[in-house]
This record gives sequence, structure tokens and C-alpha cells, in this order.
Amino acid sequence: MIPLEFYLILSGVIFGMGLISVLINRNLILVLISLEVMLAGVNLALVALSHYMNDIRGQVLALFSIAVAAGSVAVGLSLLVAIFDLKRTIDTEELKELKEEVSSD
Amino acid sequence: MIYLIFAYFCLSMVGITTMALTRKNPVHAVLWLLLLFLHVAVVYLFLNAEFLSMAQIIVYAGAILVMFLFTIFFIGAKELSKEKRYIKLWEGRLLIGLAMTAAAIVALSKIKTTFSGKYTISFIEKTGNTYAIGEMLFNEYSLAFFMVGVILLIPMIAVGVIARKLR
Repeated sequence: MIPLEFYLILSGVIFGMGLISVLINRNLILVLISLEVMLAGVNLALVALSHYMNDIRGQVLALFSIAVAAGSVAVGLSLLVAIFDLKRTIDTEELKELKEEVSSD
Repeated sequence: MIYLIFAYFCLSMVGITTMALTRKNPVHAVLWLLLLFLHVAVVYLFLNAEFLSMAQIIVYAGAILVMFLFTIFFIGAKELSKEKRYIKLWEGRLLIGLAMTAAAIVALSKIKTTFSGKYTISFIEKTGNTYAIGEMLFNEYSLAFFMVGVILLIPMIAVGVIARKLR
């Protein structure tokens, strides 16, 4: 029997790699891909805890998480297409309409 | 033997994630992501979650990755800048991300399983994993299941509204 900590550390490592990639990438498609990686890590932790605690509610929760991830990524990709339609770019550095102008003095 | 197989899955999942997040071409990144999801599905089989393993393959590999590929087709992978890959001042954000990752790993590895429910392996063996999940889903979580249906309906409308021609 493999210890629970191995699964949890594996899920933590995958979550962290996705998190770092979300923080430092400037391509919006790669940011969404990294979000999917983060969700895979979290679901892995849920299923591992469900198995080692002999309770099936973790798997039900992972099922809900998969459903919500599908909805969120659909909205994210449609927003990406709309942004590309308006600005002809998906570079996160170029999208600063809501940023406050810094006065020079 | 089981340790060897698990070690293979640990190393290959970390390697595949690295490959998926460092590719310059987004189509390659999506294909590496597909490989990662297949490995995650096999790790679910390690944990006696057959239904979730199949749901993972169907939903992620079947629906989400196709959605990613269609978006890349719409936009065109050539439009993405390949020289400036990371945002300005990415070193500070990398440090913040590493600190949060370290905190998450330490917190996760301290978890102790004091609680033990009634769904042991011998209990699930009597009916099967899918039956047990369905029983829990439609009895205890029936309202939550209904709300997940609403949560999937609203983005369907929202996608149609957002993605129509804006000009």
C-alpha cells in the first residue's frame, strides 16, 4: 500500500507547477492550460483522500469539480476569442484598459 | 512492483507537466496536456475510482482539449509572440509561486487521516464504484447535482452571448 503522503506531494507538485505557470506566462492560452493543470492536481488530492479515508464523498466532490472546470474553461476560451476579435492580440501585457494611468509628476 | 509503477507515474507526470508548460507552440502544449490527463486517469485507477477515471478521459480529453484546439484554430498559432514569453518582472512572481507551492506541499504532507467512513473496499465491492457514487449523488447531494446542471447551462448561454460578433 502506497502511503497517502506520496499522492498528496505529487498533487502539490503538479498544482505548484501550474500555479507558477499561471503567474509568469503572458500568453492567454497557456494561462488557461496551466489552470487545467492546477485543477488536475487538486482533483488528484481529493480522490486520494477519498480512498484513504474510506469515504466516497471525495469522489463526488471531484466530479463536481470536473463539471465546474468544464464550464469555466468554456467561458474563458470564449472571452479569449472575443478579446482577440477586438484587439488582435492575446498578450496579457497588452490588455490594460482597466489599468489606471500613472501621472508623470 | 507497485512501488516501481507508482514511481514511474510520479516521474512521468512531473516531466510531462514540465513539457506541457514550456512548449512554445500551443498545439504541442495541448497534446502534452492530453498525455498528462491520461496519466491522471490511470492514477485514479490506483485509487479505486473507476468512474472518475472514465469521466476524466471523456470530459477532459474528449471535450475540453477539443475546445482548446478549436480556439487555437480560430486564433492561429502563428499570431502568438514567441520571443517575449514571460511577463515583465517574472522573477518576483516566480519566487511568490515557489513560496506558495512550498506552503501547499508542507500543508498537504501533514494531513492525518483520523476519520474513516463506511465506504471501505469490501463495502464498495458488493455494489460497485459507479453504483456507490450514484447512490451518494442522487440521495445526499441531489440538490447540489441539480445546481451543477444549472452551472453547466449558464455558461452555455454565456458563451453564445460573448462569442458572437462584437463589432
